[in-house]
Amino acid sequence: MIPLSWPLLLSAVVFVIGLVGVLVRRNALVIFMSIELMLNAGNLAFVAFARQMNSLDGQVFVFFVMTVAAAEVAIGLAIIVNLFRLRESVFVDEINLLRG
Amino acid sequence: MNPVHLALIPGLPLAAVALNLLLGDRLGRRRVSWLACGAVGLSFMLAVRAALRLAGMPEENRSIVETLYTWMRVGDFSARVSFLLDPLSSVMALVVTGVGFLIHVYSVGYMANDASFRRFFLYLNLFMFAMLTLVLADNFLLMFVGWEGVGLCSYLLIGFWYQRPSAAEAGKKAFIVNRIGDFGFILGMLVLFVHAGSLDYARLFAVAPQVFAFGSAAITTATLLLFLGATGKSAQIPLYTWLPDAMEGPTPVSALIHAATMVTAGVYMVARTHVLFQLAPLSLETVALIGAATALLAATIGIAQNDIKRVLAYSTVSQLGYMFMACGVGAFTAGIFHLMTHAFFKALLFLGAGSVIHALSDEQDLRRMGGLARRIPWTHGTMLVATLAIAGIPPFAGFFSKDEILGSAFASGHPGVWLAGLVGAVLTSFYMFRLYILCFRGESRVSREAGHHVHEPPPSMLVPLVILAALSVVGGFVGPPMQEGGHAFERWMRPVFESGAGGAAAGHAVSHATEWVLIAMSVAAAGVGILLAFQIYLNQPSLATQLQQRWSAVHRVLFNKYWVDELYNAVVVSPVYRISQRLWKLWDEKVVDGAVNGVGYTLEGISSVLRLFQTGFVGTYALFFALGVLVLLFHLVRH
Repeated sequence: MIPLSWPLLLSAVVFVIGLVGVLVRRNALVIFMSIELMLNAGNLAFVAFARQMNSLDGQVFVFFVMTVAAAEVAIGLAIIVNLFRLRESVFVDEINLLRG
Repeated sequence: MNPVHLALIPGLPLAAVALNLLLGDRLGRRRVSWLACGAVGLSFMLAVRAALRLAGMPEENRSIVETLYTWMRVGDFSARVSFLLDPLSSVMALVVTGVGFLIHVYSVGYMANDASFRRFFLYLNLFMFAMLTLVLADNFLLMFVGWEGVGLCSYLLIGFWYQRPSAAEAGKKAFIVNRIGDFGFILGMLVLFVHAGSLDYARLFAVAPQVFAFGSAAITTATLLLFLGATGKSAQIPLYTWLPDAMEGPTPVSALIHAATMVTAGVYMVARTHVLFQLAPLSLETVALIGAATALLAATIGIAQNDIKRVLAYSTVSQLGYMFMACGVGAFTAGIFHLMTHAFFKALLFLGAGSVIHALSDEQDLRRMGGLARRIPWTHGTMLVATLAIAGIPPFAGFFSKDEILGSAFASGHPGVWLAGLVGAVLTSFYMFRLYILCFRGESRVSREAGHHVHEPPPSMLVPLVILAALSVVGGFVGPPMQEGGHAFERWMRPVFESGAGGAAAGHAVSHATEWVLIAMSVAAAGVGILLAFQIYLNQPSLATQLQQRWSAVHRVLFNKYWVDELYNAVVVSPVYRISQRLWKLWDEKVVDGAVNGVGYTLEGISSVLRLFQTGFVGTYALFFALGVLVLLFHLVRH
């Protein structure tokens, strides 16, 4: 039985990769993928804890997260497609109409 | 018993207003005029039907109240939208709808070439709605709605040709001067409400004798404040100055609003509240004195004016003075009687004047008229009838009502008021025949250009003139003097005016001999005025200028209307204006604007710092977000 810290460590690493990706990348699609990474890092932590504590709650939560992620992808991709149609670009630093 | 649907009487003109607004220009002139006249005509028929119903009821409970809905209810105060039909309001409703209908028809011809034809009838119908609400309301609050409504329409119609600065100014003047009177009206209502706890006529008049002691300060204040409102609306001293200026409006408006109906609202109000006024002898004296003074003052000014409509305007002010004189001496029936006959002949005079102005291509100056009798015989004939009526020559309508007022003034022990009325009668017949002669008789002074197309008006204008002339002839016969048990009009009015305390004030009997003498004197007064006018203006036209030079000081005073406008300007208008100017610079510009701008500048300063955070880059926001989460996590982990 692998100790709890291993999957948690992996989860933290994946999460940070996702976070850094969101912060530094310019391409909206890549940012999107990074967000997915963060969500799945969360899922991993859920599953690990569920196994550790012999409870199904965490596993059930993962299904919810996946559902929400799917919905989010649908909406997010729609936004990105529209954005591209309007601006012919998916680079977020070119989308700055709201700059104060 | 079947309802009479009183609400429809003011409701129909309102419906016409709504249709006119909604359908707009799609209607076209023809249908607009049918709609406007039709609605008022139907109102008239409903008013006739209602009056007939009223006449069929037993005398002691001749009143119908119909409630439409409860307007508001606050605590134990409630105001209902409900209408009251009694002999007084039925006479008013008949006069308003009847004369109003004729003037609507006349306007179709008069305004035929005006660009804003539809807007004119919109306002006119709106006025009918407001005026009928005023006269049919069964409580003060609803009456006030009508009261303000007619004021608004008056403003809109005086300034109908708003492109003319003088018309816009006159509209504003009428509105503002009336505001002063309305202020008094509101305060008067408040005093009544505070003491009696109700604004319904029926309840108010029923409890008034118990609540208010005879001649007490409270009732005197209340009635004087109400009368202040009446002086504004009915153009009495000191608030009469707006009416002559109101002649800037189209002539049918002058006939409808500023002669026949709206300006009589004050008289109606005093008559309606006669129960209260009779509890306050001081107020009644004031009404009589103000009426007499106004009748005289306006008549003298009327002598020296050259604008045909202004002469008629001062004449209206003067005749309204007679009506108040009658109310003041307790002869409310006589006042309302004169209101009715005056509506006939003054509307006719204005419509006739409109016809003259129309014929002369918008000439209003009496000095450029003359000799029109043969050119426009129908207009001349009807105008002559009206002039005889207002001068008080028997058997025309004005004779009966004016004679009754003078008789009542004498009989009720006001010889001063009677004398003022008598002198006023001389002046009235003098200035009216001056107008008649300058306009229709003697040499023509019409300019060549205008003289070419002098013509009789179209039938839509002529027919109302003829009908009104007929009414001016026969209208007085509902109230011939010296009838046993009072004449027909008096008997009709009796249920209203005898219900109140001391309602018999009008019934001071004088012997027939005295009455004959009084009649003879008022007819003689009228005759003297007419003879003087003919002598001065027709037989020896040079005499007029001679007299004018001999009495140049007097003429200047009269011509300049006693400088009352200038006085008001100096005493009221310009100080208020200067103070406002000062306040504007000091308070508005410095304090109010300063505060508003200060708030703006402060916020702008703060936000110029805050906006640095709003870069527009999603990445930056995400970074702040991540940092925030880190800080929170750190905080959580540490504890």
